[in-house]
Amino acid sequence: MKYAAGIDVGSTQTKCIIIDENKQIVARALTDTGANITRAGERGYEAVLAAGGIAREDVLCVVGTGYGRFKVSFGDLQITEITCHAKGASMLFPETSTVIDMGGQDAKGISVQNGEVVDFVMNDKCAAGTGRFLSTAAETLGLSLDEIGAISLQARNPVRLSTVCTVFVESDIMSYVAQGKKTEDILGGIHSAIAARTIALVRRVGLKPSYTFTGGVSLNVGMVKMLEEKLGAPLNVSPDSHYMGAIGAAVFALEHAMSAAAAS
Amino acid sequence: MTETHYQGKLHHLQKELMSEYYAALTASANGSGVPAAYLLIGGNPVELLRAFDILPVFPEVNALQLAVRKQSLPFIQSAEFMGYSSDNCAYVKADIGMYFGGRETPFATIPEPSLLLCNYVGCNVYLDWFGHLAEFTGKPAFQLDIPFIRSASGKPSKEDIAYVLRQLHHLIGRCEEITGRKLDEERLREAVRLSSLTGDLWSKIKHLTKRTPAPYDAYFDSVTMMAPLYCLRGTPQGLEFFETAYAELLAKAEAGIGPLEKERFRYVIEGPPPWPHLRAFRDMFSRWDAVAVASTYSTVGGLWEFGFTHDPDHPLESIARHLLEWNLTNRNFLQRYEQIERYLEEWNANALVIHSVKSCRLFSAGQGDMREYFTKRGVPTLLVESDLEDPRYFSEAQMRNRIDAFFESIAHRPTREGASV
Repeated sequence: MKYAAGIDVGSTQTKCIIIDENKQIVARALTDTGANITRAGERGYEAVLAAGGIAREDVLCVVGTGYGRFKVSFGDLQITEITCHAKGASMLFPETSTVIDMGGQDAKGISVQNGEVVDFVMNDKCAAGTGRFLSTAAETLGLSLDEIGAISLQARNPVRLSTVCTVFVESDIMSYVAQGKKTEDILGGIHSAIAARTIALVRRVGLKPSYTFTGGVSLNVGMVKMLEEKLGAPLNVSPDSHYMGAIGAAVFALEHAMSAAAAS
Repeated sequence: MTETHYQGKLHHLQKELMSEYYAALTASANGSGVPAAYLLIGGNPVELLRAFDILPVFPEVNALQLAVRKQSLPFIQSAEFMGYSSDNCAYVKADIGMYFGGRETPFATIPEPSLLLCNYVGCNVYLDWFGHLAEFTGKPAFQLDIPFIRSASGKPSKEDIAYVLRQLHHLIGRCEEITGRKLDEERLREAVRLSSLTGDLWSKIKHLTKRTPAPYDAYFDSVTMMAPLYCLRGTPQGLEFFETAYAELLAKAEAGIGPLEKERFRYVIEGPPPWPHLRAFRDMFSRWDAVAVASTYSTVGGLWEFGFTHDPDHPLESIARHLLEWNLTNRNFLQRYEQIERYLEEWNANALVIHSVKSCRLFSAGQGDMREYFTKRGVPTLLVESDLEDPRYFSEAQMRNRIDAFFESIAHRPTREGASV
């Protein structure tokens, strides 16, 4: 059996995927990117090879994506995570027209047609609407990032945030804590504000179902529900949504390997 | 990347002539007795100054030269220390910082002005810039009030022209006071004649990029020609430069030589370049074999490629028309759309890139709508943002990511009718 690999070196985490010739995911690995980006790609690749019990020589092609894609020195190609998210989303959910991606530092909207990017929009030099905003909020409340989504679902009277600035949200949260507001209501307000901001961003490429939610924040059940409520439509979410960039990169790697084989 | 590193005659001549120009500025600063006037690029009436042997000094050109040499930040910070806001136009801050830093730059000592000629009123920050310079230098400011184009036809009214002409006569009076001599009408006609020939050549150069491959990059290479266009227009040296440039670029066009080994994408670009990161920005396009075939920025000082020419038989009226009608900055938004549309169609471009300027809200306002306007018409359009002068606004990773994703997306699809990539 031969394989293809996608390595998504993101700002916070490195996601690696290996697929087989039938585009089935056979191994995944998630590692922290850390300060040494070159090492992050290599470490992630070693982890995913080990997870799948796959030898390097059986991997036909490796595609690097994410901010650290040019540091994936052993990769055969580098493709932006925008194009890879569109590709990955379309593989898992072929009906995808709009990708909403919320990662560690990026929030993106991607308009997709037949797996290709038609248009895209990203946040610019502002972390509002990203995973970093949510982790700041979680830290302020003394909670872990993994639990805030579920807690936010219990909100009955969500607060209204006065800011979506990642820096100033701390003081906003503390003032609600001081007023005795319930944690779930504060978290409800936070999720609502970020969902609204993200939809306003994505609107610029057009809000066209079916929607696929990708990136680390897609694991947050509170954000999924809030986006669905505000969009009035369900989101395609997979347990592998976090890996979508790496999945797309792996699909590109497989296609590249197959076209190279056909050419020779 | 397949970019060729061509350095032809025009580059050498540009360096030589601009060095002479800067030497004249330094000489004026050191007491040569030649008066200097500060003026703005937008539709600059440089011919009038030529008739009086007044040296034109463009603070915008000086600011961008500082930025290209990566010298702008200390001056910007010095202006911010004086109290200029971080949101203020970075050209203004670099210039003010440089002024109070002793007017010393790596390319010239900038002379004190004898006149501050504010020839563009579309930007309220620029009005204040020249107002501040008048206060700091104690020198007279002359405000040319140039009405915006307001008609559906895109033409100025007779009254607009008469209004500007009256002001030009007042300006002549002011120049006569400064130099102590009357206007020599023959000299004015000669400067306008030289400008007319220069403008015609510049227009022909612009039309050369309609060819495939484009013989030069109409953004990154045009900027090499813009300094002579403003600083030397209306002089024999300016004409000599454009004669050389046209001959050389025409020869390249005839030989089928472009700035890239392979031309894959042809795009139109709107907005000034990020001067402090010009090389890195250019590389982001070159690595995609993308060449700019037209740029709106190269028409800020004058729009010659759509038929305008100075008229030596009606020198003042043609200067007025240049100020009113034939420069990008005085045009309304619909005219800006129309200009881009013409470039896309007549220059056979596949895409539009908009570089928005963080510290210039005036020029950048509306570019989000512009993006939508062209996207709805099926033109792949990318909007990126940094700054023209302040290096702190440029994030290389973010910029590259957007540009890479943009070209990845258009590599897979036909773009406009009849123009696939």
